[in-house]
Parts: sequence; C-alpha cells; structure tokens
Amino acid sequence: MSEVVLAAADVRKYFPITAGVFKRTVGQVQAVDGVSLELYEGETLGIVGESGCGKSTLARVLMGLIPATSGSIRLEGEELVGMKPARLRQIRRDVQIIFQDPYSSLDPRMTVGNIIGEPFEIHTEVAPKGDRRRRVEELLEVVGLSPEHINRYPHQFSGGQRQRIGIARALALRPKVIICDEPVSALDISVQAQVVNLLENLQDEFGLSYIFVAHDLSVVRHISDRVAVMYLGKLMELGTEDQIYERPMHPYTQALLSAVPVPDPRLRGRREQIVLTGDLPSAADPPSGCRFRTRCWKAQDICAEQEPVLEVRAHGDHPSACHFAEVKVVTRATH
Amino acid sequence: MSDSDILSAGPVPEPADSKAIASLHFDPTAPLLDVQELRVDFHTHEGVAHAVNGVSFTLEAGRTLGILGESGCGKSVTAQAIMGILDSPPARVVGGRVLLSGVDLLTLNEDDRRQVRANRIGMVFQDALSALNPVFKVGWQLGELFRKRLGYSRTQARHEAVRLLDLVGIPAAAQRVDDYPHQFSGGMRQRVMIAMALALDPDVIIADEPTTALDVTVQAQIMKLLADLQAERNMGLILITHDIGVVADVADDICVMYAGREVEKADVYSIYDKPAHPYTQALLESIPRVDMKGKQLASIQGLPPNLTQMPPGCAFHPRCRFARQRCRDDTPPLYTVSPGRLSACHFFQEVLDT
Repeated sequence: MSEVVLAAADVRKYFPITAGVFKRTVGQVQAVDGVSLELYEGETLGIVGESGCGKSTLARVLMGLIPATSGSIRLEGEELVGMKPARLRQIRRDVQIIFQDPYSSLDPRMTVGNIIGEPFEIHTEVAPKGDRRRRVEELLEVVGLSPEHINRYPHQFSGGQRQRIGIARALALRPKVIICDEPVSALDISVQAQVVNLLENLQDEFGLSYIFVAHDLSVVRHISDRVAVMYLGKLMELGTEDQIYERPMHPYTQALLSAVPVPDPRLRGRREQIVLTGDLPSAADPPSGCRFRTRCWKAQDICAEQEPVLEVRAHGDHPSACHFAEVKVVTRATH
Repeated sequence: MSDSDILSAGPVPEPADSKAIASLHFDPTAPLLDVQELRVDFHTHEGVAHAVNGVSFTLEAGRTLGILGESGCGKSVTAQAIMGILDSPPARVVGGRVLLSGVDLLTLNEDDRRQVRANRIGMVFQDALSALNPVFKVGWQLGELFRKRLGYSRTQARHEAVRLLDLVGIPAAAQRVDDYPHQFSGGMRQRVMIAMALALDPDVIIADEPTTALDVTVQAQIMKLLADLQAERNMGLILITHDIGVVADVADDICVMYAGREVEKADVYSIYDKPAHPYTQALLESIPRVDMKGKQLASIQGLPPNLTQMPPGCAFHPRCRFARQRCRDDTPPLYTVSPGRLSACHFFQEVLDT
C-alpha cells in the first residue's frame, strides 16, 4: 500500500453560538465531531453527505484553513494543529483547494494571469519572477484553456472554463493534496464530465491525492477509490467505492443511495426506495447516542443510550458506525 | 388561535366556483395544455436573443411531461411564458399559441390572465426561499389566495392554509401556520410552495426545478409528494429539470431542449433506451455509470451557443459527432421517427443505429 499523505485523528471543530452584548457563548455547533481518516498517496477519498453534515468544514479543517478545535492532522507526519502560522503558510504549498462556485471564487477584477500567478507571489521560491508568465501559460494549457486568454477577466469565461481556471490556480504550486469542495456541482452535466475527466488526468500526470467532497453520489463513485459517508459531523461508514456502493452496512448510507434517482425508467418501481422522514437535526443540539437514530427505521433503545463507534462489524468487511449494521443492496432492481 | 378555534370558524364555502371565469369558455374536450410554436425573444445590448424558438408540446390530464435541458436552453422561459410571468421588457413573446382547454392564454387581457394563474395553472419554483415573502407568515401568504380570489374572511383563509399545510405533510400544521419562511427547512419550504400551487385546485402544475436546491433524501420526499398529489387529483404536471435521473423516475413523456428548440420528444422508455438525437445521446453518455469506472466519461466538447449569435443550420452541429455539411446549411425540422416520437436531426436513423 502506498504511503499516508494526510492523516486526521479525532478531529473536532466546534463553532461557538454567541448571544448578547458581550458575545457570551451560549452553545456550540458541533460541525465536525471526532473524525479520523487517512488519505493515501495518489488516491481519491470521496466525502459524501447532505448539506449541513460538516463535509465542507471538514475539508477546510484538513488543510488548516479553519483551525481545528481539537484532534490531530498530520501532513506527511508533520502536525498541523497548533502549528506556527509562518510554517503553516509554507506547508500550504502542498495542500490546495478547488471551490464549488466558480463565480465567487475568482476575483472579478483580476486577470486570469494574475489569478493563476498569485500563488507565486506568496511562494516566491517556486518560480522566479521572470519565469512566472511562462508558468501561467503552461498551466492554462494543462487545464485545457488557450494560453492567449491570459489577459482576460473571469466574466469572459463560462462556468466550466472558470472551474478550469480554479484548477490551474490550485495546481500552480505543484501540491501533493488537492481538496475539491463540490467542484462540479454548479456545472451542467455535459461540462461536468469534462471537468471530472480533467481532474482524473491531472491526478495521473502529477500523482495528486484528492479529497473529493460532493453530494452527487454517482460522480463520487466514478472518481473515488474510497468513500467516507458523513452525517451530522460524524463518519457513519468508510470503505472502498465498491464496499460502500455494493455492500453498504449503515442504514444512512442505504437510504442515501436508494434516494438517488437512476437514469433508467425501466427500473421505476422495481427498486427499493427508502424515503427518510424528517430533516437533519440541528448540529447545535445533536441527538444523544447515534446521531442518525431520529430518522432511522432500525432505531431501538440502545441507539439513544450508546453511541456506536466506527469499526468493522460482524458480517462486514469495512468500518460502519451502527449497532445494527447489516449489508443491504440498494442500487440494483429488487425484483 | 388553537385548533378548535379554527374548526369552529363555521362552514367554509366550496371552492368550486373559483373556476368560473365569466368571459372565458374552456372546452373540456380540447387538450388540457397545448403549446404551439412558442417563441420568446430577449432584447439585450448584444442583440436579440432567441431564448425560445418554436416550442410545441401537448399535455393531457394525469400525465407528466419532463422538459430536460442544460442552463440557458430556454426551459424556464417556456414555463414563464405559459404562466404569463415573463419580465417584459426585456422578454417578448413574439409568436405561437398557448391553449389551455382550447383558450389561447396569450391573447387574454391581464385580468383574465390573473384569473387563470393559480385557478387553473399552479407553479412551483426552484428557490422557495426567494419565492416566499420573508416578512409575512407562511399561513398569511397561503391564505392570501383565498382572501383575494375567493373573498374568504381571514379566519376562513387561515383554516384553508392549515388544511393545505397538512395536505403537503407539514407536521403540526396548526402551529406552523404562524411561522415565517426562514423558520422552515429547505424541504419544508418546498412543501409550502407546493401547497401554494395546489391551493385553488389547478388542472396543471408547472414545477421548475423543484428539487434542485435540495438534498437527495429530501428530493425523494418531495418528488413522491408531487407524484401522489398529481395522481390523486388527476392533474397535468410539467417537470422542468436538468437532472436526467429525476425525469426518468417520474415522467411519462420527455422533451429535450437545446438552445431554445426542442431537439427530441418521445415517451420516457424509448428515449432512455435509444435516443434519436445526438444531443440526448451525448447527455445520457455523460452520466457516470458503474461500468465506466476508471474510464474517461464521455463528454460533449465545447459549449452551448450564444443565443444572440446562433450557428447557421442545426444549433448543435459545432458539438456534434455526426455533423456534416448538410447540418451547417439546413436547420433540421422535427422529423417523425416513429408515431409520437420526434427528432430534430437530419441523421436520426444513424443515431438510432449506433
């Protein structure tokens, strides 16, 4: 097995809820609550979950963009939590991010050349000043844009092209890890496929490791080697793409997968659909015990009393956090 | 006000007389909704954009028509033109007819048009947070329809609002009727929108990307609710979406749009089985599939055309793998592939055979 690039152990991120004139802390949103995972060299780890489950917060905490409340994050063995800001800045060369919204993540008053070249201003050691324009042109070519577009502004590009600009910026410093936070969810299907292909080609070419955060389960399945399922700040299940999609153990994973519409009308009514009732509970006041129990059809007394840990369960081959974990195939026709 | 207060508010008038629009003569034997050659232009600084370019379709009661397309293909503009809620200027309906049970909505005056909206056609919008007014209570907004259209008293309207919220599955409807939109979750807000569209028992519901802003688990709830209500009331449903999976699950017929035109129209089974237009084919191929794992996704090269500068001939030809000289010269008409099945491609037979 290849080496671990990024390792997170029991990472927590609580956001305070303040009230009154003195900003007294009256509560905490437990956005990420005790997540442990490892990212290997050259692999893609998908993180899926509904909005508000903490997946974007986790992604940002992993690269030190938001400081973790507690826990440990190691990039190639070096601890990021509590690191001095100057060193953190240096180390960020190795972890870059691609944002969801290609409209708000590019400064409308900067040219494409300046946007992609900005990382070189901060990390001056990567490219000498005279060399930067050439490097930016190279990057544009790598992501499939014309180098002649270097002096254009973001509004002159379509959504898919802007996302390519964001990818070029993330690639500029030759990072080891790229965090992709919903990189294709704002794009149309035909353009989405172009960007997914580009990300895969770049991974092969530069040996990148991806953390791929998304809510679209079919895109995650296509690109990921391993997948983590998140619910209300905690990991519910972690396994290879095949384990999660073909042999899901956790009721939440099963519900999530069964809710994905399948583009095949012949399967209509022939697939078991688990329709969950209710909404995501508040992360400021999560349910006791298992966080999913309020929407779970398997819930019993033990689920409210004892929190299930993420571990390999009986009859399973990968970790899941459910007292009653059991394999249930939901992606294929049942009869 | 408690539950019992509402129930003691006295008998509520039957909403049946809401359908009577004095000056209009709806023909129950005509198709429910028949859109013919609809054209909408937008006048912009860069020139005239032909957003909808001759769209035709028919919707019968109890059927679901899925309109599928990418952003900018004209699917929402079509819906807004049917509803009569286009911002004009810049938009202008420049041609076509929208027949609702035989009555052409485009020729009606604004008063009659207003009577048709909500009474006969209801609309569910994508973004419930911006479609609802943030400063009024949900119950008040729902009751407005009953107060303004049917002349109900406040108490009666409130009673109706509670009934509707209950109908769309909002728990503790009698309490939540006094909440503001921001106090509801995304899925619940979408339920309120559906309640509002259903309020006056319309014959047609137009749902414009009703689940795009929602998570998959909530999306499943909302789609189920829409399908159940439609079956129960035998309404016609137009479902506008870019999600190939959602339409496959619920639509009877599909109309695929590209650059303001319909490019393919067929029943849902044939279109997914064997698309007859290269664009539909490419769209279906670009969805990630299990057996494509580790391989390149098929993608459509290039971008949709600028609506102010449409390419000559077939609008899809610059991105089409079947394109040849004829596609650059002649705009393809809607060829009949088989009964009830249309494709705007000169070489549809070739597409079917691949």
